[in-house]
Amino acid sequence: MIRKSSQLGEYAAMVVIWLGLFLLFGAFSDNFLTWRTLSTLANRIPTLTVVAAGMTLVLIIGGIDLSVGSVLGLGGAVVGVTLVDWHWPFWAAVVACLSVGLAAGTINGFISVLLGVPSFIVTLGMLEIARGLAYLTTHSQTKYIGSAVEGFARPIGGLGCSVAFLLAVALIVILQFVLSRSIFGRYLIAIGTNEQAVRLAGINSRPAKIAVFALLGVLTGLGAVFYTSRLGSSDPNAGVGLELSAIAAVVIGGTSLMGGRGSVVSSFFGVLIIATLEAGLAQVGASEPVKRVVTGSVIVLAVILDAWRHHLAGAKFPLLKRLFGPKLS
Amino acid sequence: MPSSAPLLQVTGLQKSYSVPVLSDFSFELLPGEVHALVGSNGAGKSTFARILSGLTHSDGGNLQFLGKPYAPHSKREAEHAGIVMVMQELNVIGTLTVAENIFLSRLPRRAGFVRFAQLRKMAREALARVGLEKLDPKTPARQLGVGQQQLVEIAGALAQNCRLLILDEPTAALTDPEIDQLFANIRRLQTEGVGIIYISHRMDEIRRISNRVTVLRDGRRVATHSATDVTPTDLVREMVGHDLPERKGISNRLTNQVAMRVSKLSAGDRVREVSFEVHRGEILGLAGLIGSGRTETLRAIFGADRKDSGEVFLGADKQPIPIRQPSDAVRVGIGMVPEDRKLDGLLLGQSIRINTTLATLSRHVRGGGWLDSRAESRTTDSIGSRLGVRCASSEQPVSELSGGNQQKVVIARWLARNCSVLLFDEPTRGIDVAAKDTIYQLLRDLAAEGKAVVMVSSELTELMALCDRILVMSAGTIAAEFLPGQWSQEKITHAAFSNYLDRVEDGQGAATEDKRSDGVGE
Repeated sequence: MIRKSSQLGEYAAMVVIWLGLFLLFGAFSDNFLTWRTLSTLANRIPTLTVVAAGMTLVLIIGGIDLSVGSVLGLGGAVVGVTLVDWHWPFWAAVVACLSVGLAAGTINGFISVLLGVPSFIVTLGMLEIARGLAYLTTHSQTKYIGSAVEGFARPIGGLGCSVAFLLAVALIVILQFVLSRSIFGRYLIAIGTNEQAVRLAGINSRPAKIAVFALLGVLTGLGAVFYTSRLGSSDPNAGVGLELSAIAAVVIGGTSLMGGRGSVVSSFFGVLIIATLEAGLAQVGASEPVKRVVTGSVIVLAVILDAWRHHLAGAKFPLLKRLFGPKLS
Repeated sequence: MPSSAPLLQVTGLQKSYSVPVLSDFSFELLPGEVHALVGSNGAGKSTFARILSGLTHSDGGNLQFLGKPYAPHSKREAEHAGIVMVMQELNVIGTLTVAENIFLSRLPRRAGFVRFAQLRKMAREALARVGLEKLDPKTPARQLGVGQQQLVEIAGALAQNCRLLILDEPTAALTDPEIDQLFANIRRLQTEGVGIIYISHRMDEIRRISNRVTVLRDGRRVATHSATDVTPTDLVREMVGHDLPERKGISNRLTNQVAMRVSKLSAGDRVREVSFEVHRGEILGLAGLIGSGRTETLRAIFGADRKDSGEVFLGADKQPIPIRQPSDAVRVGIGMVPEDRKLDGLLLGQSIRINTTLATLSRHVRGGGWLDSRAESRTTDSIGSRLGVRCASSEQPVSELSGGNQQKVVIARWLARNCSVLLFDEPTRGIDVAAKDTIYQLLRDLAAEGKAVVMVSSELTELMALCDRILVMSAGTIAAEFLPGQWSQEKITHAAFSNYLDRVEDGQGAATEDKRSDGVGE
C-alpha cells in the first residue's frame, strides 16, 4: 500500500514537471501550446522511448549499455540493405533488424556476465564494433527506402499519433508490469540491490542478467525500425549519442545508476521531458549550443533533486547526505 | 584504581530523532575506570557514544569533560578534546599500510610529501602502546586478522592524546586469545588514567573487564552497579524489563535419521577432508577459532564457495547431491544464514516483504505468473510475527531495522521455504539479548520440528546451551567431537587449538598459514 501510493506520487510529480515545462515554453512562444506540437512530439519519441525502457532495466541491475546508439545504426543499416538491395519483404527486414539487436545485446550480456567484464567496457567495445559493421554493410552510404517503411511512423488519421508511438507506449506499460509484478522483475531489483545476497538466497542470477542485455538489444532493434521508418531511409550514422540521451532520460526518471531502484514509466516521463525541452528550445529560437547547455543542466539538476528526495537517509550519495541530510543515529 | 574527580559527568542528557532515544540520561566516568554500557539494541548506547564523539548533537542536558562544559561539533573536535571512539564496524583501509592507517588524518608531511621515516617511527611507538611492537608498520592492513586490525584502530585512537576511549562491541569479531590481548591493553590504559566506556552485549566480558556497569533501557538509565556484585541474570532482567524464559533442557527431539552427510569435504586451505553427519531434530554446533574453517565449511556445503573435493549426501541417499552453486543446495532443501547479514544476506534498501519472499517467489504467484503481493505480505506477516520482528509494516526497508530484527528477516526467508537442513553462521553476532533469546528458541523449535540445524558460533556458552553435539574445528579439520555430558569450555578450547599446536611443533608454522587464528601480537 505504502509502496503503491508513493509510486503514484512519483508519477504525478513527473507529470507536473512535464506540464510545467510545456506551459513554460507556451508562455514564451505563441504557437507552442497546440495539438500539433503534441503530435510532433509523440511521433519524434518512439525510438528513444523503447531504448530508454530497456536501458531502465539494465541500469536497475547495476549495469550500463553504451552500445545502443551504434546497434541502432547497425539495425537501420540491416533494414536498408535487406529491403533495398535484397528486396526482402518488410516483415522479414524487421525480423532481421530485431535479430541483429538481439545478437548484439546477447553478446554484451554473455561477455559481461559470464566472463565478469564490466558492462561499461564490453558495451564500449560493442559501440565501436556495431558502428563499424553499420558502415561496412551500407558501404557508408545512406539508402533511400521510401514508403515501404514509413507505415510505422505515419500519424494515424484523426488520432494524430503513429503506430510506433502506440507500440512504444504499450511496451512501457508491459515492461513496467514485468518489472514490478513478475518474478523476473523482482530478481532484477534484487540483483541491483545486492547480487551476493541473491546468489546466497539460492537464485541463479546470471540468466536474468543476460536476458536484460538481450532484451535491450531487441528493443534497440525495434527502435531502429521506428527510426528508419520516420526518416524513410537508412543512415549508418543513425543513433550517434543515443546512449547518452537514453541514460539521461532514465536517470531523469529517477532510476538509480547504482542499481536496485527504478521505474520504466518514470523513464518514459524522462523521455517526454527531454523531447519537450528540445522542441521548446527550438521553438523559442535557442541555438544548438544553447540547447545543449540547457539540456545538460536539466539532467544534472534532475539527478540532484532525485538524490535529495530518495537518499537523504541512504548511503548512496554520501556527499549529498552530508550536505542536506539529517544526522542519523 | 579509579580516582576521585570524574573525567566525564553527564546529567539530564536528551536526544530525539522521531522518537526519544535518550531521556534524562545521567552518567559518570572516572579516570582509569572501565565503565560498561549495556542494553538492548535501540536502548540508546550508540547514540550516547555518537554524541560524545561528536558525530551527532544532543538536544539538551549537561556534559562536563575534565571539569569543563563539552559540546563537540565534529569528530575532529571531539578527538582534539581527547575523546575517541573505535567503532563497531572497523574503519581500516586494507590497501594502506598499518602506519598510514594509524595516522591517516594527520600524516607527517613536508611540502605536501609524506615523511615516511618519521611516519614509521611514530607508528612503531603507537603500536607498542597496544602490545604490537613486533608488527611491521609497513604491513598492508589487509594482511592482518580482525583482532589485529582492531588493535591498530585503538593504536590510532591512542596516538592522539586520548583521555577517554569509547569501545563499541570491540570483541564481536575476536577470538578468545585476541580478547585476552585486548583486555591486557585496556588494563594498561587504565593505569595511564584513560577512562574507557565499554559497550557490549557479552556479560562475561563485562564482569571481567569493567569497574562499573550502567544499564540502559529505552533511553533511560535503569541502574549503575559495581561490576563485581551484579549477576548477568540481574543485568538481563534490567535490560529487558522482565525475566527471560527459563533455559530449557534438551528434550528427546533427537532422531536417528540422518538428514545430511558430508564426506571428505575439502575447499582451499581452510577446509581439509571434513566429514560429519547431522540428524533430523539435531542442533549440531561447529566450534573453533576464527579462521579455523567453520564458515568455509558451511559455505562449501552450500555451494557458496567452490569445493575442491568431497560430497554431500541428503538423508540416506547413496548418491551425492551435486552442489555447484547455492541454487543447487536450496533446491534440495538446504538453507544458509550467512555470517555477514548486510553483505551476504539482505537487500538492505528493500522492504521486509521483498527480503522475506526472495527464495520463494514462485510460490507467491497468481494466474498468469504475476506476483501476488498480498500473498507475499501474508507470508511475511505470519513468519514475522512468529519471529517477533519489530517493524512498522512489512513494507518497511530492512535498512531501518535493528541488527536483531534484520537477522530475523534473513532467517524468515528460509522459514518461508521450509528447508530441511539449515546452516547458521554466527546467528547471534552483534544482536541484543532479547533477540538472541528469540533466535535460540527458534533454533530449538526448528529442531523439534525435525529439521537438522548446523550452527557455527564463537560463543561457547551459546553452543553449550543449545547443541546436541559439538564438533570442534582446528586448522581446517575436525579436531574433536563432544556430546553434552562430555564437554567443557576448557576441553573445547583445547581442541580448537590442538592442530595449530601440532603444526607449530612440526615446524610448519600455523602463523603464516592463518594470520587470523594466531592470536594477537605475540
